[in-house]
Amino acid sequence: MAFSKEKLKIVRTTTWSAGPGCHGGCGVLAYIGDGKLVKIEGDPDHPWNQGRLCARCLAITQYVYHPDRLTHPLKRVGQRGEGKWQKISWDEAFDLIEEKLGKIREKFGPESVVFAMGTGRDIGPWICLLAYAYGSPNVMFALSGLACYSPRIAAVETVQGDYCVLDAAQWLPQRYNDPKYKIPECIIIWGYNIPASCPDNVFGHWIIDLMKKGTKIIAIDPRLSWFASRAEKWLRLQPGTDGALAMGFLNVIINEGLYDRDFVQKWTNATHLVRSGTGKLLRESELVKGGSPANFVVWDTKRSHPVVWDSQNVKYKLPDVKPAFEGKFNVSLADGTTVSAKTVWTVFCEEINRYPVKRVSEITWVPEKDIVEAARLYAKSKPASIHWGVPIDMTPAITPTVQAIAALWCITGNLDVPGGNVISRYAFDAVAYALPGAKGVIRLDSEEADKKRIGADRYGPLNKFIWRAHTDLALEQIFTEKPYPIKGIWIQSCNPVAGIGLDPEKWVKAIKKLDFVVAVDLFMTPTTQLADVVLPAASFLEKDSLRNWWIPLQSINKAISVGECKPDIEINFELAKRFDPTLRWNNIYELFDEVIKPSGMTFKELQEKGWAFPPEGHPSAPYHRFERGLLRPDRKPGFQTPSGKIELYSSLREEWGLEPIAHYEEPPFTPISQPELCQKYPLILSTGRRSPVYFHSEHRNIPWLREIEPDPVIEIHPDTAKSLHIGDGEWVWVENWLGRCKLKAKVTPVVPRWMAMATHGWWFPEKPGQEPSLFGVWESNVNQLIPMGFQGKDGLGAPIKHLLCRLYKVNGREG
Amino acid sequence: MLKRNGYGLLIDYEYCTGCYACQVACAQEYQWPEGMGGIKVIEVVQSLPNDKAYLAYLPFPTELCTLCSSRAKRGLEPACVKHCMASCMKYGKIEELAQEIGQKPRMVLWAPR
Repeated sequence: MAFSKEKLKIVRTTTWSAGPGCHGGCGVLAYIGDGKLVKIEGDPDHPWNQGRLCARCLAITQYVYHPDRLTHPLKRVGQRGEGKWQKISWDEAFDLIEEKLGKIREKFGPESVVFAMGTGRDIGPWICLLAYAYGSPNVMFALSGLACYSPRIAAVETVQGDYCVLDAAQWLPQRYNDPKYKIPECIIIWGYNIPASCPDNVFGHWIIDLMKKGTKIIAIDPRLSWFASRAEKWLRLQPGTDGALAMGFLNVIINEGLYDRDFVQKWTNATHLVRSGTGKLLRESELVKGGSPANFVVWDTKRSHPVVWDSQNVKYKLPDVKPAFEGKFNVSLADGTTVSAKTVWTVFCEEINRYPVKRVSEITWVPEKDIVEAARLYAKSKPASIHWGVPIDMTPAITPTVQAIAALWCITGNLDVPGGNVISRYAFDAVAYALPGAKGVIRLDSEEADKKRIGADRYGPLNKFIWRAHTDLALEQIFTEKPYPIKGIWIQSCNPVAGIGLDPEKWVKAIKKLDFVVAVDLFMTPTTQLADVVLPAASFLEKDSLRNWWIPLQSINKAISVGECKPDIEINFELAKRFDPTLRWNNIYELFDEVIKPSGMTFKELQEKGWAFPPEGHPSAPYHRFERGLLRPDRKPGFQTPSGKIELYSSLREEWGLEPIAHYEEPPFTPISQPELCQKYPLILSTGRRSPVYFHSEHRNIPWLREIEPDPVIEIHPDTAKSLHIGDGEWVWVENWLGRCKLKAKVTPVVPRWMAMATHGWWFPEKPGQEPSLFGVWESNVNQLIPMGFQGKDGLGAPIKHLLCRLYKVNGREG
Repeated sequence: MLKRNGYGLLIDYEYCTGCYACQVACAQEYQWPEGMGGIKVIEVVQSLPNDKAYLAYLPFPTELCTLCSSRAKRGLEPACVKHCMASCMKYGKIEELAQEIGQKPRMVLWAPR
């Protein structure tokens, strides 16, 4: 792992925030001299990034040794927000937290403390470790509608049981050179901007590697992104209409016969029958007395009779069945009645046919010709892949949208094939904590305690895939105290006042209402200012940890120490032991060993290797796993869904009382849904334009990064700017019915005339931290214009990419 | 004319994504204070007919660029080239790079020193 060269020691490790601000995965070499980090470089031997490294990671020396870095635990001595602190020792900090949280648990129960996390750091498992040891089920990802990634994962798993991502050969140590791999002929880049981000745990620039090898791009983006400007087809859609566009693609592909009928027939529930009257799946329990409600029914064309699909055994109950693919049939039920039923494929196509290209063009504002040509290009390219970004999550109808997009890769036969969308499982199926698709080593053992999880009683996906508290309901509950009061909050890698929180003023009021607030971070932020105790966390260079998301399995290896900073895992482990003396691990390494046990390695052995790929034939290694029986625990071919098939008609959605088939829903704040508001706020406001030098609300204090993008900007089309008398570089107020913020106009044709695109996560570390300033967070935080509480029917998604606003010059004519 | 060292940087700006890795890699290598650096990324947005545009980025070597001569002596690529996320920068002898420049469009060859 470590060796000497020119007096500098080199530590080989894996990135993950805190530090670069990302979801990690890059191999790096940390150059250490006299115990200090001198320089960081990309590891040329690492198959993930192959020596490359991003701007944020290359600025890491300025980050870890920043003069404002928190290096000691702090205790509040003034009023909340007054910015008066006293240094305390770790022992004092742990004692104080144990006492305060202990009293809350005693008096109000463990569920009355919420454990809030953000993104881009390895704290997911460790915050669960602490919360569950304390006894609280309320681990909360602090974004409205949990609208980042987990909704997409949950929605894809609703359809096909396992998640999947763009195949850039990341599963294979030889990468593009592996003979098993095929270069995608075409990739749909759906709402994703390259220079800035690596979503889906895919290194964004892999797509550039593929483009150089001949991959064509279809870009779907209202903004002229880097991809859009190089795309074979660019579809400039109205933000939030992605679901309609996907339905339009399906319409073209199905009606032009460009789908893989054999695949659909064999691997999806296309042939299962749906009752015409109820619109629900016909079940064995309706067909025969004593039949199982978990089994479904097909129409056998050979016997002219219904036959039962045994979901548990993933096969028909009779031999040699020829199920009808399309059509309507009369079925006699156990109660003596006869009902008419259609196949799922027929019902699915009826829904698809509600989206002729003309209608889709009217909804999305994309010309009909472009929709048709893009659909054909995708369907005719073999293999083809879809890579999407967070805008898919950031709409209330996220699940029906994902059902449509997932249907695209399924019916074109691009699922788990080389160069397609490949099933992504945690390397070696080593899972640390409860995530979609896996329950992990760290879990809340008491089902009784989990019943108190906020939102679990209301939203289906929260009891099947996402083991978190519901953010919007939790925030409300702080004020209503119903059904039980929230008294404390533990905030780790999370900045709801400046970054992840919508309606940040509400978050400030909520945090101030609580009896006890702990924040764990690397720097003071507008959020830590409101805490009672602030604990200094370590960067990725200052800790031993793990990364298994998705592949390879990697160790994070400690290279340096800074002040008294502690890794999140060590902070949480110490407190977890105090709150749960029966905790079964004696130290963090025993916990790591248990997490990676399925790999057959100990943590120490993994550290020696650096990274490890699961072998061919392992369920976490590609390809064609549904055919080889590698996805299901019983090792039968098929999928981990209730029917064992890809569910074009979702039995889970049916169970949750929601529309079972893909469709489009108009988002809540568009010119169509809000014609009156649109009169006053005529521009579409989209937020969250990514920057290559910032990760959400981080890095504004890093000089090498800040000089590249010094101000919070809003992109405005030249014609729109002209009509509003706004010049390039002028400060403008961005305003809607909820509030306003001040951003700097970047006048550019990359945005359409009808939309402005704002950057997010802005606060000013150089401004006073105490209230009312809170590092100037009220000046430019665009989340002041976005409401909480507009999650989708299944609790997921939030309208973050499509609001309405008006713009006017600061110090100009007001309105 | 090429007597100093005859080395240059070949940039394939079709693939430069504007990730700024080169700029910060240089800052780290030489610990440049804010505002200084050996390479700067320029953004060019060219409007085209039919409401389209071409969004391009181009790394530009400044007066402070030494082509990482100290790294070159150790057999290493310049810091910017090594870290380029899009692998669109190449360091080499100008004569050799000049052979490559005609092989595809949207290329530029810098000879900063």
